[in-house]
Amino acid sequence: MSTVPDDLKYSKEHEWVRADGDVATIGITHFAQEQLGDVVFVELPEKGATVRQFSSLGVVESVKAASDIYAPISGEVVERNMKVIEKPELVNSVPYGDGWLIKVRLADKGELAQLLSSADYRSHIGETAGAGGD
Amino acid sequence: MATEAPTIRRTPLFDKHAELGAKMVFFAGYEMPIQYEGIVAEHRAVRNNAGLFDLSHMGEFFFKGRGAGATLDRIVSSDIAGLAVGQARYGLLTNERGTIVDDVIVYRISDGEYMMVVNAANIAKDRAHVVAHLNEDVALDDRSYATALVAIQGPRAADMLAAQTDADVRSLPSFGVTHGRVAGARATLARTGYTGEDGFEVFVGNADAPRVWDALLAAGREGGIKPIGLGARDTLRLEARFSLYGNDIDETTDPIEAGLGWTCKLDKEFIGRDLIAAKKAEGPKRKISGLVVQGGVARHGHEVTRDGTVVGRVTSGTYGPTVEKNIALAYVPTPLSKVGTALGVRIRGKDVPATVVKTPFYSRGTK
Repeated sequence: MSTVPDDLKYSKEHEWVRADGDVATIGITHFAQEQLGDVVFVELPEKGATVRQFSSLGVVESVKAASDIYAPISGEVVERNMKVIEKPELVNSVPYGDGWLIKVRLADKGELAQLLSSADYRSHIGETAGAGGD
Repeated sequence: MATEAPTIRRTPLFDKHAELGAKMVFFAGYEMPIQYEGIVAEHRAVRNNAGLFDLSHMGEFFFKGRGAGATLDRIVSSDIAGLAVGQARYGLLTNERGTIVDDVIVYRISDGEYMMVVNAANIAKDRAHVVAHLNEDVALDDRSYATALVAIQGPRAADMLAAQTDADVRSLPSFGVTHGRVAGARATLARTGYTGEDGFEVFVGNADAPRVWDALLAAGREGGIKPIGLGARDTLRLEARFSLYGNDIDETTDPIEAGLGWTCKLDKEFIGRDLIAAKKAEGPKRKISGLVVQGGVARHGHEVTRDGTVVGRVTSGTYGPTVEKNIALAYVPTPLSKVGTALGVRIRGKDVPATVVKTPFYSRGTK
């Protein structure tokens, strides 16, 4: 697994976005889960709620501490990942897969342009390009 | 750039932690490992196999002289006069207000010598407190900064330690203390710990700490030993419902409300005894209670509620990896401390359901 997949967009706050038409999937990055440590609880907005770009959308708690998760883009929540609510450790083991958090209907696709590319995110976390992988 | 000289200490095992890739944090004036592999994996290693801890930040006071036993019996809440050579006992340093200065273990390491192990954050405070109450026939030697402490804890700890020492650790009773060599180094060994598992604490001089650490890690490798950071130390102790000074107990709490009345031998003289005895007789207004929280992790400082009204405060809280629940300790009014009482913990503005449960949350052999 790449630690910063090339096909995603990133926020400086360590969330990722996978846009697929009108709907985008949101999660936290490999780097973020590593910093947090063992995730034991996630609090996510209900279906139908609205999230605003760069505002708090929920909370991820590790054994050590609680951390706010910020919405990398605005939109209406169309699904929240019940699997990750039941098994929060998925955030650690598959942050870009079954550990996703919510799906939103994009309010403004233009917002995607305000996010980082994989290359930009790598330099943001101090990782050199091509040095990904576990 | 001109900055104040930092007074951060490192233990003699600092380089070992770096080699093992530990995440380091500042704790009680020391740079200490909070985790190596991860808190949950480390926690489970201690419950299932064994874990190795660097606790060299803890303080060690040595007391010598004719009056050592009698003096300590007056300074510490528990029965120190009754300690035989080779025995240790948990107890409290209390003040004239009947509240808690520190929680300590006193070891009678020879006929005329006792060792008191104190919390790292309290070394200076405790030393001043003890000195103020010392008789002339007792000498205090604070060797906190010259003494390293390596703990090996878990069901396999005895076998692993036995392979590296000439001391008969397998037949050492719980809270027994003896002397021997560990990996060739002169050591004081005690069957004490802070995890809820069987285990040992090994006291050596700073210079010997690295080879003792390496030898125990090597001896335990096949048995699944892991180095354990302060993160898992906290989850292990909380499941076992051991108090953490600064969180659950401090100079605003008394032993009765803290659930530590059992450490107070009220039929002897010790500092603050009369107030503590009176508190016990009248009954505490509040009591520290175990909570299981559904839907969020309670943390130190969170408010405890009953029907929307704040009734208390969380002193320790975490996810318990063995009990697989969000657990907490909190002071609540005595009438609300009964097992089964429905309370709330205010987490991010919401009152999350919590239930008073029996403690410890975890006992050895019940997993």
